[in-house]
Amino acid sequence: MIDNVLVTLAGLGAIAGIVWFFWGPRDRGYRVPLASSGYQETMVLVKGGYSPSTLVVRAGKPVRLNFRREESSPCSEMVVFADLGKSANLPEGQIVPVEFLPKEAGTFEFTCQMGMLRGRLIVESGNH
Amino acid sequence: MDDTRRRAVFSVGGLDCAACATAIERTVGGLPGVGTVVTDPVSRRVAVDYEVAHVSEQELRRAIEATGYRVEPNGPERPEQLIDREEESRSREYRRLMRKFWVSAVISVPVVLLSYPWLVPGLKGLPWLQRSSPTLLWLWRGLALVTLPILFWAAGDFYKSLWGAAKARSANMYTLIGVGIAAAWLYSTAAVIAPGMFPRRELAEAYYDVTAVVTALVLLGLALEIKAKGKTSEALKKLAELQARTARVVRNGSEIDVPVEEVRVGDVVLVRPGEKVPVDGRLVDGASAVDESMVTGESIPVEKVAGDEVMGATLNVTGSFKFSATRVGKDTALANIIRMVQDAQGSKPPIQRIVDRVSGYFAPAVLILGVASFVTWYNLGPSPGLAYATVAFVTVLIIACPCALGLATPTSLTVGIGKAAQHGVLIRSGDALQTARRLNAVVLDKTGTITVGKPSITDLVPAALPDVDLLRIAAGVERGSEHPLAEAIVRGARDRGLQPPEPNQFQAIPGQGVEATLEGRAVLLGNAKLMHERHIDVAQLEPTAEGLADAGKTPMYVAVDGRAAGLVACADTVKEDSRRAIARLKEIGLEVIMITGDNRRTAEAIARQVGIDRVLAEVLPQGKAHEVRRLQLEGRTVAMVGDGINDAPALAQADVGVAIGTGTDVAIEASDVTLISGSLRGLVTAIEVSRATVRNVYENLAGAFVYNAAGLPVAAGLLYPFFGVLLSPLIAAAAMAFSSLTVVTNANRLRRFRPSEV
Repeated sequence: MIDNVLVTLAGLGAIAGIVWFFWGPRDRGYRVPLASSGYQETMVLVKGGYSPSTLVVRAGKPVRLNFRREESSPCSEMVVFADLGKSANLPEGQIVPVEFLPKEAGTFEFTCQMGMLRGRLIVESGNH
Repeated sequence: MDDTRRRAVFSVGGLDCAACATAIERTVGGLPGVGTVVTDPVSRRVAVDYEVAHVSEQELRRAIEATGYRVEPNGPERPEQLIDREEESRSREYRRLMRKFWVSAVISVPVVLLSYPWLVPGLKGLPWLQRSSPTLLWLWRGLALVTLPILFWAAGDFYKSLWGAAKARSANMYTLIGVGIAAAWLYSTAAVIAPGMFPRRELAEAYYDVTAVVTALVLLGLALEIKAKGKTSEALKKLAELQARTARVVRNGSEIDVPVEEVRVGDVVLVRPGEKVPVDGRLVDGASAVDESMVTGESIPVEKVAGDEVMGATLNVTGSFKFSATRVGKDTALANIIRMVQDAQGSKPPIQRIVDRVSGYFAPAVLILGVASFVTWYNLGPSPGLAYATVAFVTVLIIACPCALGLATPTSLTVGIGKAAQHGVLIRSGDALQTARRLNAVVLDKTGTITVGKPSITDLVPAALPDVDLLRIAAGVERGSEHPLAEAIVRGARDRGLQPPEPNQFQAIPGQGVEATLEGRAVLLGNAKLMHERHIDVAQLEPTAEGLADAGKTPMYVAVDGRAAGLVACADTVKEDSRRAIARLKEIGLEVIMITGDNRRTAEAIARQVGIDRVLAEVLPQGKAHEVRRLQLEGRTVAMVGDGINDAPALAQADVGVAIGTGTDVAIEASDVTLISGSLRGLVTAIEVSRATVRNVYENLAGAFVYNAAGLPVAAGLLYPFFGVLLSPLIAAAAMAFSSLTVVTNANRLRRFRPSEV
């Protein structure tokens, strides 16, 4: 009987852990620096996920994200910014720049073609 | 990017190591006006941001070459090269997965046989292979070692992906598979190393077969999926392959063959019959018929004379000609088409965004379901609880297939949009595709869409002269005029092999017509007002003129030496296939409406010819968008088809804006769909492709959803209390591996799509 209680408690603990790990509060994200080119520019590594996975940019300044895919899994061969209507093929090992001008503040997702890999783009209003 | 800054990408031979990259970065980065320099040894590319005012692309090239590397022409920028490379990396990945699959499959055979020897004919009689015999325990310990290469090498990719996802605090298919096969291995290993730890002997069973077989099946499924996915982009590949490889360029007076990459804007290129036009340009010498069907979908070859545009990748059929290159490399029409198709294939229709939101929760939810099943089986299931609980946990993780949900839309879209492009229809986004399916009204601009957009002679009514003379004289007078109708008459005469005489004392009379002296005779050409003012009796011709005007034509009187000589009527003619295309649009359930700035009489005449019932005539250019809006308020989903700059607002207002590809860039920019050939048949194709593709997407989504919704509860053991059925993890793995394959295969069915004959 004691083992049933233990297993049940451990199970509930594991579920709570899963919920917290995947849906719990996240870090504020990586602020994309403004490069001398006038772009807010950074590298994004594609390997199982996007790293950094949460990018913070300012509205009104052009953004260039240089994606580099370091895996051969076909799942990640394309990155899609569905809300911005942008997408790019990411041949393995190549740097592929994705450029856009964020106009409005808000949170936008970018994903692989199948939505398995996910990243977030947080656009802050450019006034401050 | 603004005008002052540019980005140049160079393909650099011999750029293999990080050290060479640094050298180039330092040298190029030191030039004035250079921003960031990004080198990529893998693709051997150097990307440089620079200010046009300070440095030129030429100087950048020289700077790179100064560091001792060779800059290769043009760079691997052309889409067909990109497609080739993707193809190559796909087939590499396929071979790699198949290698891993075969190793896993070979190992799986003894693992499966020895996991259940009491079920295998030939083994089940052997006493030393009975359950809980010490020999079998030792054999199982051996299996723990034999399956290690599977866990660490064959399934290595799963763990790399799992780890990457975990770092981003997300989960994917590999998370589920990886956790599942690891759990099976760990449980088995605990059971065979320390059977004493388990309260009852029968708990200590091994499930190494799960680790081995699941890995093998998942690898096979992935490999087959890659193969099938390669086929989805076949249409695009076919487009890319249209590109000619070489061009015959006239340089320094002699003809030389050069690779197509080396053709520069302004080069004069020679094309013989049966050869492909290598790049875009303008014909300067010679004439020929060119088969443009590969780009426009239009099957009849187009006659080209000096001054006409020719497109790269089209096929020269009859004569030789020379043309001057206007767009090369990645700027050609074909390259643009390929790029637009690629962008569209990557876009997501609204339905997929909903699916994406769901699938973001999917993998973690499956983990939770797995844990819940484990606990439930342990507490409520039959003995041995731990073994059943582990099996249920592993089966749930393995049967779940988030990939099938995620694959559903993109694969169908890739095939559908590619197929449309092959038929000369560019669908710009998934949104447009999904909306095109729901269309129930289509507004057609008259000029340039239903009609050719250029007037030509429709009627000759001779009164005092034979019609050949009438036309010759009319054309002679009009030679001096620049009016579009005049051009139509001169062209009409030349097409009939007539040589219009040179006019003297030519004079245009604004709003009325023209007069001139021709071979010593005084000739007048113009409207009734002109004739009345010059007191020329046209009473006999007037009823005919009225009738022509009623039919939407523009009649012009011709008078020679003060006597009426006849009538010449011109009109914008209807494109030859408009009528059939419109009939087909009605057949597939759309209301067809014509919109035009022309007067009602002309508009209705054209509408009658093509079978349109509803006409919006005398609409000012800015009023077109308003009319589209009105139709939308009537509850219709409206497509607007147009070609001119003035159509752009209406195209943007419509649910689906369709531009005629032969029209202006502004209209194409504002549109969701472009019909490259300019024929309305393309619209029928666009709607048919959309319907077929969206139906395919729904089939896929429904299949993937039903699969997961049915598979997960069964895997969790929901059927057990009623029927005593518990799914084997091996069957779960097979189902999972082939569910995504089914989705891709279903999408590939779209490759057989053929537009209906119009």
